[in-house]
Amino acid sequence: MGEETIAAISTAYGSAGVGIIRISGDDAATIADKAFKSKSGKKISEQATYRIIYGHILNEEKQFVDEALALTMWAPGSFTGEDVVELQCHGGITVLKKVLEIVLKAGARLAEPGEFSQRAFLNGRLDLSQAEAIIELINAKTETAANVAAKHLQGVLSSEIKKCRQAILELIASLEADLDFPEEDFARLSPEEIDSYLIKVETTMKTMLHSFTSGRIIREGLKVALIGQPNVGKSSLLNTLLKTKRAIVTDVPGTTRDTIEEYYNLGGIPLLLIDTAGIRESEDPVEKIGVQKTKEIVEQADLVLYILDLKSGVTSEDQAFLSQLPTEKVLIVGNKIDLVSGEEGKIRKKIKKKLVNYRFLLISATEKIGIQELEKEIKNMFFAEKWEIKDKVFLTNLRHKTALDKALATLASARHSIASGLPSDFILIDLKSCLDFLGEITGETVDEEVINQIFSQFCLGK
Amino acid sequence: MCYTAGHYDCLVIGAGHAGCEAALAAARLGCRTVIFTLNLDNIALMPCNPSIGGPAKGNLVREIDALGGEMGRNIDETYIQMRMLNTGKGPAVYALRAQADKQAYQRRMVHVLQKQENLLVKEALVEKVLVGENQEVQGILTEAGAIYKAPLVILCTGTYLRGKIFLGKLSYTGGPNGQRAAINLGQNLEELGLAVGRFKTDTPPRVDQRTLDFAQMSVQYGDEAENFFSFLTEKGNGLNIPCYLTYTNEETHRLIRENLHKSSFYSGALEGVGPRYCPAIEDKIVRFADKKRHQLFLEPEGLTTTEMYVQGMSTSLPEDVQLNFLRTIKGLEKAEIMRTGYSIEYDYLIPTQLQPTLETKKIKGLFCAGQINGTSGYEEAAAQGLLAGINAVLKLKSKEPLILKRSEAYIGVLIDDLVTKGTNEPYRMLTSRAEYRLLLRQDNADLRLTPKGWEIGLVSPERYARFQKKKEQLERGLAYLQNERVTPTTEKINEMLSAQGTVPLQQSISLYDLLKRPEINYDALVAYGFAEELNKEISRQIDLHIKYEGYIQKQLSQVQRFNKLENKTLAPNLDYREVEGLSVEATQKLSEIKPLSIGQASRISGVSPADISVLLLHLEKRRRNKKSKDGKNDV
Repeated sequence: MGEETIAAISTAYGSAGVGIIRISGDDAATIADKAFKSKSGKKISEQATYRIIYGHILNEEKQFVDEALALTMWAPGSFTGEDVVELQCHGGITVLKKVLEIVLKAGARLAEPGEFSQRAFLNGRLDLSQAEAIIELINAKTETAANVAAKHLQGVLSSEIKKCRQAILELIASLEADLDFPEEDFARLSPEEIDSYLIKVETTMKTMLHSFTSGRIIREGLKVALIGQPNVGKSSLLNTLLKTKRAIVTDVPGTTRDTIEEYYNLGGIPLLLIDTAGIRESEDPVEKIGVQKTKEIVEQADLVLYILDLKSGVTSEDQAFLSQLPTEKVLIVGNKIDLVSGEEGKIRKKIKKKLVNYRFLLISATEKIGIQELEKEIKNMFFAEKWEIKDKVFLTNLRHKTALDKALATLASARHSIASGLPSDFILIDLKSCLDFLGEITGETVDEEVINQIFSQFCLGK
Repeated sequence: MCYTAGHYDCLVIGAGHAGCEAALAAARLGCRTVIFTLNLDNIALMPCNPSIGGPAKGNLVREIDALGGEMGRNIDETYIQMRMLNTGKGPAVYALRAQADKQAYQRRMVHVLQKQENLLVKEALVEKVLVGENQEVQGILTEAGAIYKAPLVILCTGTYLRGKIFLGKLSYTGGPNGQRAAINLGQNLEELGLAVGRFKTDTPPRVDQRTLDFAQMSVQYGDEAENFFSFLTEKGNGLNIPCYLTYTNEETHRLIRENLHKSSFYSGALEGVGPRYCPAIEDKIVRFADKKRHQLFLEPEGLTTTEMYVQGMSTSLPEDVQLNFLRTIKGLEKAEIMRTGYSIEYDYLIPTQLQPTLETKKIKGLFCAGQINGTSGYEEAAAQGLLAGINAVLKLKSKEPLILKRSEAYIGVLIDDLVTKGTNEPYRMLTSRAEYRLLLRQDNADLRLTPKGWEIGLVSPERYARFQKKKEQLERGLAYLQNERVTPTTEKINEMLSAQGTVPLQQSISLYDLLKRPEINYDALVAYGFAEELNKEISRQIDLHIKYEGYIQKQLSQVQRFNKLENKTLAPNLDYREVEGLSVEATQKLSEIKPLSIGQASRISGVSPADISVLLLHLEKRRRNKKSKDGKNDV
């Protein structure tokens, strides 16, 4: 134990003010030095134990990412009993994850859940019952709903990964069959064929990887966009949901100049609410819709809450805008029901007629009418998978991303071997590592799999 | 009735490929050994194909040879064709394969056994393994009532245990090639509490060479270049007798399909599980119905017989059907069958009952090797025989056993697979079973294993001296290349580079780094006077070492990681029921297999990574407790 240096975010997920990246192991200081540049120019590795220095986290291109404090705790005087560096950062979860990625690229391995405690135990810093209790605590922290959500999405991810894995497995089987049964009568793949096969798998994997970097992260929340004409009450709804006065609510149309993003915990489902500038800024209603920012947000959103002012009803602009969105992604929210009391039935009929096939609710954001129903509907849609989730596949977990990164690197290396004219045995070395890395995500191990695949794919035998 | 026939150190039951290696190893290591066979004329018989080697199997033969076994030398003296397969697919999968003269192979092996000091060769049917009260082997009892006493017994009974032959509707008890079966011994093993399973395997018919029309087939010769299995062989016999290739056709398939109901396998008479890599022709036609033709090779069985082996056409269909479908094949229209194809079903011991030394966990001193352990193939059998023989002797001498790691030898992979995972079909060695095959090359088997063979005492001084010379030349060669630098102005250097089709030098470089260019090899350096001439085996090693260094390093670092878990040992008497937190399945599997290391434990199916963490924590806890106790004692 204790031979590899590990790292992880050790503060709870969420938008807390400070987040900590913990690095533990023999190389903790050298790795931290690669990611952190102190203001004074001193290196972390040159510090005595229990020191704090101030500096910047820089990425590979030496660009600024965050400001941070680095804490040193050298072996054996640390929680794990190993050399430990803690980087206290300012940013929210997105920045923290970036910092962690930098640290991992600098040579640390992502810690398994409970691994710090395990090391602490193995280095004599904890007794077994303490270690077990800590591990249990870590496991119990995961919110149940988020768990369900993650699992739910995980199914989609793992089926995508499994497809890639199966493709690699079939390629391996066909190359291996040729090595073990050189005289058998079956079609062999040319290097060009192998390469174009790999390009296909590579493309799929890259798309998945992109789903991570573009922020499709369940822990960061499902994106919910608040869209509507100016002054329909988007910001009021946001405020009501958040129960704060974050957005400036006025009666002047178009007060919300920039988008406002807020995290919102809906019974354990993390939502990222995005309040947009109203669809305005132009005389031409169609062009309004074309406002670039809003368009982007709508595209990235998992759910669009389209807000109507019930006083004005459904306008032609509303219809034009909605026609550009997939119906299943939209929930129509009729606001200001308090101002049209008594006409509810009539309004419902009108909406149904003008906006066929949409789900809709009537609320009052200021008077807090129908808010619970709205929350319930979002929840239902989420759990029943009523709206189609953007990108289909989510890489939610940094461990998975790391594995996918490595898998992609092995494919690149395999393709390099092909290009340099190396024989199939060498290509196989990389393909097998690729299979292992993808297996880390899906929890499958190779074992007899390749051999089984060979025999199901080919008719072989003396 | 019974009489005591003598006291010995080691008794080997069966004189096939496993038995021969086991007996020779035991006798060569100084044990007084007897080898028993049902028929003195059938020692080292090849009842199936007349060839040795091929992918992975060839590596096994070279490893056997590097450790001081006999198979490599035996085939080098009796081959009729040698061929290196896979030469375009990477150095690790080069595969030497010999066509054997079956009778010559047997004759030479018989002679070696008979000349071997400390070894008696006897014809007898063994009925019983005699076991004492403490579950220790005491000897054996033969059919004729002879009791041989010994503390070591090595079972190498092949497919003879309760063997049963199937040929269409016809079935009878018997061993391969018209031999008797060992019925009572099979029963005896069950009585001793050993669990057995049932496998089957098929053989093809043999046809008379004089009735074949080779003009209609494609001819296939071996290599002109000389390659051998044994590191000791320097010169071959020059033989290059061809095999012939032809194909089945729709008519063949129709005939087989129409007669499927007569096959003993499809009629349900056969229960044993057959190997997927060696299916009967009727199996191939059913499972791969859309395949229009299957290839078959006609392989000569030797120089002094007209028998030809019809590789690819194993079958248990009735004799008349066999003849009819053979005659639909191009070149076989007038074929006459000399031996009919058949299936054989036999008992094997579930190999997870064995320790990695091939000794049974249940009965002390009882070792098993070869097909009895669920494998197939002459090479797999011989490899186990050698290791069982070595380990039996080491046990008798109370020395550390020889357990080869998966990262050290194909033999290690073979035995670890068997004793850790077991097998649900006759087990054949495949290169794809080896995780570190770039390290387990056939060309470096001696570098990997000869020092171990020497330490044990099985490697002759002659072999060891040769090995040391090779190693020393290799090291010297590499050091020279590393130290010797060339510059763009070095005489003849750019002349050589352009002649080899690569770009001229721009700056100073070591010869070692120059050899990393794919176009340059050691021999080119020699031709231009940049390096001294070495024998081709060593220059090839140098090329491999340098050109594939990156990949080799990658595998070596994988091995390092692998060894971490491999070196964490588990006590064989560890009570897994007392390990808190293990899953029920893991507890049961671990108690049954009794792995020797955490690494081995992790390869058992049903033992999850979580179980491994629990085991690691448990070990650590125990170590600590022990340490603190020891500490107290010190005070």
